[in-house]
Amino acid sequence: MPQRNMNSRRTEMPAQEPTVRNRNFNEVALGYTTEMAMEEAARCLQCKHKPCVPSCPVAIDIPGFIARVAEGDMEGAYEILSASTALPAVCGRVCPQENQCEGTCVRGLKGESVGIGRLERFVADYHREHSKKAPAASFVPNGHKMAVIGAGPSGLTCAGELAKMGYQVTVFEALHMAGGVLVYGIPEFRLPKSVVQSEIDGLKAMGVEIVTNAVIGKSITVDELFDMGYEAIFIGSGAGLPNFMKIPGESLKGVYSANEYLTRVNLMKAYKPDSTTPIQKSRRVAVVGGGNVAMDAARCALRLWADSVYIVYRRGMEELPARHEEVEHAQEEGIVFKTLSNPVEVLGDEQGWVKGLRCVEMTLGEPDASGRRRPVVKEGSEFTLDVDTVIIAIGTSPNPLLRHTTPGLEVDRHGCLVTYGEGGRTSREGVFAGGDAVTGAATVILAMGAGKSAAAAMDKYIREKNKEQDL
Amino acid sequence: MYKVLEKEYLNPTVARMVVSAPLVARKAEPGQFIILRAGENSERLPLTIADFDRERGSVTIVYQILGAGTMELDKLKKGDSIQDFVGPLGTPSHTEGLHKVCVVGGGVGCAIAYPVAKKLHENGCIVHCVAGFRNKDLVIFEDEFRSISDELRLMTDDGSYGQKGLVTDALESLIQAGNQYDQVIAIGPLIMMKFVCKVTQKYGIKTVVSMNPIMVDGTGMCGGCRLTVGGETKFACVDGPEFDGHQVDFDEALARGSFYKECETRAREEACNLFNYVQ
Repeated sequence: MPQRNMNSRRTEMPAQEPTVRNRNFNEVALGYTTEMAMEEAARCLQCKHKPCVPSCPVAIDIPGFIARVAEGDMEGAYEILSASTALPAVCGRVCPQENQCEGTCVRGLKGESVGIGRLERFVADYHREHSKKAPAASFVPNGHKMAVIGAGPSGLTCAGELAKMGYQVTVFEALHMAGGVLVYGIPEFRLPKSVVQSEIDGLKAMGVEIVTNAVIGKSITVDELFDMGYEAIFIGSGAGLPNFMKIPGESLKGVYSANEYLTRVNLMKAYKPDSTTPIQKSRRVAVVGGGNVAMDAARCALRLWADSVYIVYRRGMEELPARHEEVEHAQEEGIVFKTLSNPVEVLGDEQGWVKGLRCVEMTLGEPDASGRRRPVVKEGSEFTLDVDTVIIAIGTSPNPLLRHTTPGLEVDRHGCLVTYGEGGRTSREGVFAGGDAVTGAATVILAMGAGKSAAAAMDKYIREKNKEQDL
Repeated sequence: MYKVLEKEYLNPTVARMVVSAPLVARKAEPGQFIILRAGENSERLPLTIADFDRERGSVTIVYQILGAGTMELDKLKKGDSIQDFVGPLGTPSHTEGLHKVCVVGGGVGCAIAYPVAKKLHENGCIVHCVAGFRNKDLVIFEDEFRSISDELRLMTDDGSYGQKGLVTDALESLIQAGNQYDQVIAIGPLIMMKFVCKVTQKYGIKTVVSMNPIMVDGTGMCGGCRLTVGGETKFACVDGPEFDGHQVDFDEALARGSFYKECETRAREEACNLFNYVQ
């Protein structure tokens, strides 16, 4: 075992300078070198009770992979990671580690927790750059067909797990490209699309078939999938329809949902000269909302040469639901946080273009049902932000396509799919679900966790249905 | 990839393409739309389905060369392939239980009014059609409409073909002649649909319009296609594209429709300049 590193601060990860990166779409954080990774890995105490492992939604053997990194055995570390996660290069970059593994790390009690996410990212990147070995295809096909709806984090994870068990898996994706929110939502500077593509290529090498341009519920229904010989189906169709605020002026030109804005930028690459997808050339932008999606939209707007970008959020800095790192990066890049502010009207000119956002100031009152302090309007506090673009990032509602076309598929009063037990069993036999379609908008890693447990449940379902025939 | 099986120009700026897309053809119904991307860097372009052939596995689209997306599509010839082609999206037209309908098409909108009219005709409904164009050179789908209409009024703005006048003139004269329509279906430019609705409102005739707003994904995700219908925000891609025309806020839709007009104009000008340069 290499000597333990007792530095209370974690090893810095190199990043692009804020004033440089806020004008380009290249990745912000540059990742550890091998030396940095080994130095940081030596900070892990290898404690016996491993509080980090149960706080990981996919239960990665965190001390195990870190021990390998400390020894310089990067491929060994990768094997441990891939036993639990199909997308380590993604998770290392986008998981809210501070609320999960790193949040329970013993080193965090007196100083900074081990940089688990940074190490995970390093190992996955190292493997991608160094390994010539084709991904293991050693599993024996069992002759059973499974369908996965949606090629986002939950669907891809579910597909990978099922393929490892020997199932023949087809993933149906509505868009022209696989990846879901990883390609349409999360920007290039936070998660390079080449990283996503290589994780998807890994799945394909395992035998997973991905069919793009297939809208389940429209092109093919769930019942038709069963007719086509798929024995169980996983629905990971994602969050769906963007919410608007229902305030005057939301239909003005220059008002975007974050989904639309991010899709134009990330999936359609509107920032590149050879893309024909248009996007507004904004000078002053207000992004409404305080989550990761809001941070992504704000930082994209800045990179599309906006002069000033505001985050408008009705609670305080402390309450921002976004990852700490995203908030920090956004601040460093020059995004202005108008917290304790709530929009009441989008103002427009005679031609129907946005010319301002009228807001009120808020104070925090008593905690509400969610446990967070309820924002209350401050009397006479109206002010107007001089903006030409408003991006609304206040969450989504479930997509109606599947529930409208799948008889017997139970949904709750919000329209989210109802599941029973840990494996994501739905009200329809042989149909399982997970990710945002079930939970409403949540995180990549929670969706992956759901995809993983659904795969186990689907396997169990097939085994039971076939009465323990040889699988 | 989706092969272009046929391509022909219906008039100088409108072309018709038959595309091999079995998955779409299998389920397509009148009133629904597809989204395509001509090439790898092209925008996602929503187009209403003009016709389909389930046996051949093909879908027919009709497009007007307008912006960067349609210009790229128009570069493709018979035998070439379209990068992406997804659908059918949106809800089909409601054609059941109608006995007498007037279908009003304007310009390139006639191409998508036709399959609805055809379906009504096949259902045994009496179908009157009003098709309007700016001038004789732009007339499309005349034979098709003739074959399924119990009465056809062909209108041109300048009187160079058919009758001189607007589609609303023809519609109003049909109504005044005593025709009792269960429904009017209007498909064409927003401004045309707006005025058709003004006429039918006067006579209290239910009117369905087909909206074709800006959209990206077409499955409800982006919200770019939102419009106000009866005071509520609706998404054309999942709630439509057909709506009760008397409830649609056309002025808002007209304003939103010009969001990227500058980009479109720029794309056209660049293409023209390039063309001039080559010449």
